[in-house]
Amino acid sequence: MTTTTIDPRAAAAEAVAAAPVFHLEEEHAHAEGGSTMLGFWIYLMSDCLIFAMLFAAYGVLGGNYAAGPAPKDLFELPLVAVNTTMLLLSSITYGFAMLAMQKGRVGQVQFWLAVTGLFGLCFVGIELHEFSGMIHEGATPMRSAFLSSFFTLVGTHGLHVSVGLLWLVTLMIQVAGRGLIEANRRRLMCLSMFWHFLDVIWIGVFTFVYLLGMLR
Amino acid sequence: MGALAALSLSLGGCNAVVLFPSGDVAERQRDLLIQSTGLMLLIILPVMALTAFFAWHYRQANKAARYEPDWDHSTQLELVIWGAPLLIIICLGALTWVGTHLLDPYRPIDRVDSTRAIAANTKPLEVEVVALDWKWLFIYPQYGVATVNELAAPVDRPITFKITASSVMNSFYIPALAGQIYAMPGMETKLHAVINKPGSYTGFSANYSGAGFSGMHFTFLGLDDAAFGKWVGDIRKGAGTLGRAEYLELEKPSQNVPVRTFSSVDSALYKAILNMCVQPGKMCIDEMSSIDAKGGLGLAGVYNVLPLEYDKYVRRGLGTVTAFGPKSTAVASLCTIEESDAGASGAFRPTPAGISLPVKGRGLARPPYSPAGLLRFDLLTSTRPSKS
Amino acid sequence: MQSSIAKFIFGRLTLDSLPFDVPILVVTFIVVALGAIAVLGVITYFRLWGYLWREWFTSVDHKRIGVMYMVLGIIMLLRGFADAVMMRSQQAIAFNGSEGYLPPHHYDQVFTAHGVIMIFFVAMPLVTGLMNFVVPLQIGARDVSFPFLNNFSFWMTVAGAIIVMISLFVGEFARTGWLAYPPLSETAYSPDVGVDYYIWGLQVAGIGTLLSGVNLICTIIKMRAPGMTLMKMPVFTWTALCTNVLIVAAFPVLTAVLALLALDRYVGTNFFTNDFGGNPMMYVNLIWIWGHPEVYILILPVFGIFSEVTSTFSGKKLFGYTSMVYATVVITILSYLVWLHHFFTMGSGASVNSFFGITTMVISIPTGAKMFNWLFTMYRGRIRFELPMMWTVAFMLTFVIGGMSGVLLAVPPADFVLHNSLFLVAHFHNVIIGGVLFGLFAGISFWFPKAFGFRLDPFWGKASFWFWVVGFYFAFMPLYALGLMGVTRRLRVFDDPSLQVWFLVAAFGAFLIALGILCFLIQIGVSILRRDQLRDLTGDPWHGRTLEWSTSSPPPAYNFAFTPVIHDSDAWWDMKERGYVRPLAGFKPIHMPKNTGTGMILGGLSIAFAFGMIWYMWWMAAFGFLGMLAVAIGHTFDYHRDFDIPADEVSRVEAERTRTLAAGA
Repeated sequence: MTTTTIDPRAAAAEAVAAAPVFHLEEEHAHAEGGSTMLGFWIYLMSDCLIFAMLFAAYGVLGGNYAAGPAPKDLFELPLVAVNTTMLLLSSITYGFAMLAMQKGRVGQVQFWLAVTGLFGLCFVGIELHEFSGMIHEGATPMRSAFLSSFFTLVGTHGLHVSVGLLWLVTLMIQVAGRGLIEANRRRLMCLSMFWHFLDVIWIGVFTFVYLLGMLR
Repeated sequence: MGALAALSLSLGGCNAVVLFPSGDVAERQRDLLIQSTGLMLLIILPVMALTAFFAWHYRQANKAARYEPDWDHSTQLELVIWGAPLLIIICLGALTWVGTHLLDPYRPIDRVDSTRAIAANTKPLEVEVVALDWKWLFIYPQYGVATVNELAAPVDRPITFKITASSVMNSFYIPALAGQIYAMPGMETKLHAVINKPGSYTGFSANYSGAGFSGMHFTFLGLDDAAFGKWVGDIRKGAGTLGRAEYLELEKPSQNVPVRTFSSVDSALYKAILNMCVQPGKMCIDEMSSIDAKGGLGLAGVYNVLPLEYDKYVRRGLGTVTAFGPKSTAVASLCTIEESDAGASGAFRPTPAGISLPVKGRGLARPPYSPAGLLRFDLLTSTRPSKS
Repeated sequence: MQSSIAKFIFGRLTLDSLPFDVPILVVTFIVVALGAIAVLGVITYFRLWGYLWREWFTSVDHKRIGVMYMVLGIIMLLRGFADAVMMRSQQAIAFNGSEGYLPPHHYDQVFTAHGVIMIFFVAMPLVTGLMNFVVPLQIGARDVSFPFLNNFSFWMTVAGAIIVMISLFVGEFARTGWLAYPPLSETAYSPDVGVDYYIWGLQVAGIGTLLSGVNLICTIIKMRAPGMTLMKMPVFTWTALCTNVLIVAAFPVLTAVLALLALDRYVGTNFFTNDFGGNPMMYVNLIWIWGHPEVYILILPVFGIFSEVTSTFSGKKLFGYTSMVYATVVITILSYLVWLHHFFTMGSGASVNSFFGITTMVISIPTGAKMFNWLFTMYRGRIRFELPMMWTVAFMLTFVIGGMSGVLLAVPPADFVLHNSLFLVAHFHNVIIGGVLFGLFAGISFWFPKAFGFRLDPFWGKASFWFWVVGFYFAFMPLYALGLMGVTRRLRVFDDPSLQVWFLVAAFGAFLIALGILCFLIQIGVSILRRDQLRDLTGDPWHGRTLEWSTSSPPPAYNFAFTPVIHDSDAWWDMKERGYVRPLAGFKPIHMPKNTGTGMILGGLSIAFAFGMIWYMWWMAAFGFLGMLAVAIGHTFDYHRDFDIPADEVSRVEAERTRTLAAGA
């Protein structure tokens, strides 16, 4: 490489005059994790499709009680209302965590994440309580197609919340270890999307399964 | 078209039953097939010819051919490219719409063949078809007889098939007579057809259904009226009755089953098969549907299940394994078979005192039983096989 | 007590589960085992383990992963084709009272495995592999958006393939047909492990496919070189984008429906059962809502390959780029509106059937437009009949026949007589072999020099081509005829002796195809041996048009020393036309992802999980599941996943290329 040492800037200027630019002189950095938000959003949409299928299954099978119990025999709306409140509150507290993150306050972030986790735990706990009550009464997922699709739809949502809790704890440890570095902020944003997404799904579950179920 | 004609001729020599059927419905389906092929060949053949020609003419060695490396757009050509297939598809779409409605298997046929309409006083032959593991059961409710793996119908008399299955999905198909339709457990599909030429034809299941699938075929006899009368008469003179007990025996899996006939048939059997309640004590699907439509049986109905005497897990001679134990139960019926039959005929009105099953709890108020059941349309699929 | 311990450890796996009584499988096992020992021995002898681990298995380089996908696809092609040969020979001899040589228990597994393997583990890996290799190069990127995820996706696909392969020697595969319709696939009628192998094999592989779809969408949207607007993307990249959108929008449906079937089988729920209000028709609908887009997932990228090949070898810009793009997008959307045409015979109303029939026909309009576009790309071109172009012309002539029979099957009354017949079998092999497979071979011979730096041997390639094309016609034209004779699919024995001659012809066709596959393998071997004569020093052996040909063959790890700037849809052609000068200095350090073994470990654990679930060895399933969870979480604690290739190293590689180019000129 001793023959010619072209001054890149002069070459670029010359290139603009003669021929168009065919390459960037400077390293064209795709910001690290620049696709993460988009990628996670696309993943969420695919997850949404899974829920769409489960809703569809419930829509088709939801009236097939197999001469067994129907929603009105099983659902306790007050309990579900408490449950819904837990999840909605957890979304709000996660929002507070994100606000704290914008301000760069690690302690506040951790506090709000912990509160979110507690609400989430309550949600999962109440749901498990509801499920075990139904199963003790004999209304198992095996009893009818309605119950199969009910347990699967609601249970899949509950499973997502549980995974979210695991993720939340992991992130709290990571934030404690490394603070609010760029990578951790991105992860918090992803979990935020995930958490609010589950909220939206729950509103669907609450409306279509519980409220409309009681009207059936 | 020439190639097509040549193809059909060569296939004619080797029994291409789809192209040379013997029933009016199958013939009209064949006509549609030929017309559609012809329509598509209008565009397929030029494309194939042009491909071959361009590939040859513009080969690298042919320096005489024009070479325009930057020519990549022509609005006129684009119009043709999109327009020509569009026109063909519009024609084909119209043909499809009309053909599909005319040849809907659920639609009673309106003619014997292209020249003859159906006489006003003709009563169609009714056949109830059940796909079993792995044989076909045909019940003739008008004659009170039944056959296994042999079906007969008088020539030029419309036939109405009601089709269901005992366990898994099958497809009922007699290529010489008409197109196929699925046979599915707990559901009924329908097929209307007519056979125009006497003869012996093949019918089979066209949907894989397990180990004995290959042997699951039957003979379809197109007979003139006299021969059909004799065929029915011979069966009536023969032995064999088909009631619930015999059906449960017959239903067990078996392969390459020879022809069997039954001189008398329980008239309520087909309905019980369709509603999957041949086994005593099991609730019929139509009853279940009508209970469900009224909101189920509540928590009291939770334990209204009974073990299946006839264990499905071993029905194909295989082990009894499931992850979390066997699940060999069915919903128990609220009334006995006699009561159900009576209910179906409208004579029986159940009273709470009639409940003999272990219905416990909050003094269950039983919803009135509607024998008609409820015609359930599947929201997702808008498919028509009705449960009852 | 002892038995309960054995039951805990082995679940329902017993010595009887091993098919010692099936000689074919025993022999196959011995052959596979000997082959495996030989391969492992060779690797050990030449001390390749370290190399394979460092440079391939743990690689996050999209090019390496792409090549590994291709290898997986080709290996599985051999398995899938062995199944095909068994079917063809069984059907050719099972006449006149002969039972053939396969009992139902074996034959029914063979046709199920053939379908599953060919779609999921041959066509999918080959298509994904090509997209993985080509797309980042075509858009001027250094890698995909999520390189680790890419490696993980690959190993999940491999894990799925291994799970299916294990079923050959431990237990059995599903005996249900490749879509496992209930109630037949429910425990009541398929209590054995076959359907469980099916479910978990596809679930594991499906995760890989879905994540790879997300990855490639992000890559195409976010990582394009400056100047490459959407309407300047190469057509292959366009089709890859549409395909991955289809993957992301279709595979969750498969995941959900198989999960419901798994619940039915494991927990005893009633989604698709006959009793307790289940609805098997729902399964058929849901699986085809995935299944129909799936066939476009396979064919769309292949349309892209043909577009690249036609314009390259005709020495001409692609005719009607814009209409090509719109046609692709229209097909993508329409592919979701046609699923019901797979079961017109399930009893839907005439209006529903007509609607789905007509939407299906409408797809033939954009497909026809594409066909014309290729045709008019050849028009006034100067066509070089290299191997990729030969495959393309064979495709154009063959695919239209398959397209025509497809539209025919979309006419419901015609479908009533042809549904599930061998006509249908001929149709989808006509479009999958005549479309997807021909396209994959075109793509392999087109991009092979880019991947390895030398061309494939043309003689053996042409031999393979002719055997494949002629063999295809011999194997499947008789099936069209048999379909018109009312012969249905999946039959094991036949009564009518007059049919035998057709099956014999079809078996002969399969034999020709076998020769085609053999020639293909020889072609690869011969090309490796003759690599010095076949060497491509320029990086642009075909006078290519798109960016991947602007870099060396094989490309350096970082693909492009400088990020290219694009002015035209045929970027490299444009650069060549307008006097592009390759930069020789001013190199900067390049930021690249580090290799990781996490993907392979996760894949291995997923096999343990699946095997445990299939055999009810709950401890193993729990170990696999918790292990995956722990490894995945552990991986997130690694924050140092990148490194810089120093500028000196880039200079060295580029100087090497300068010398090579000078040697070539």
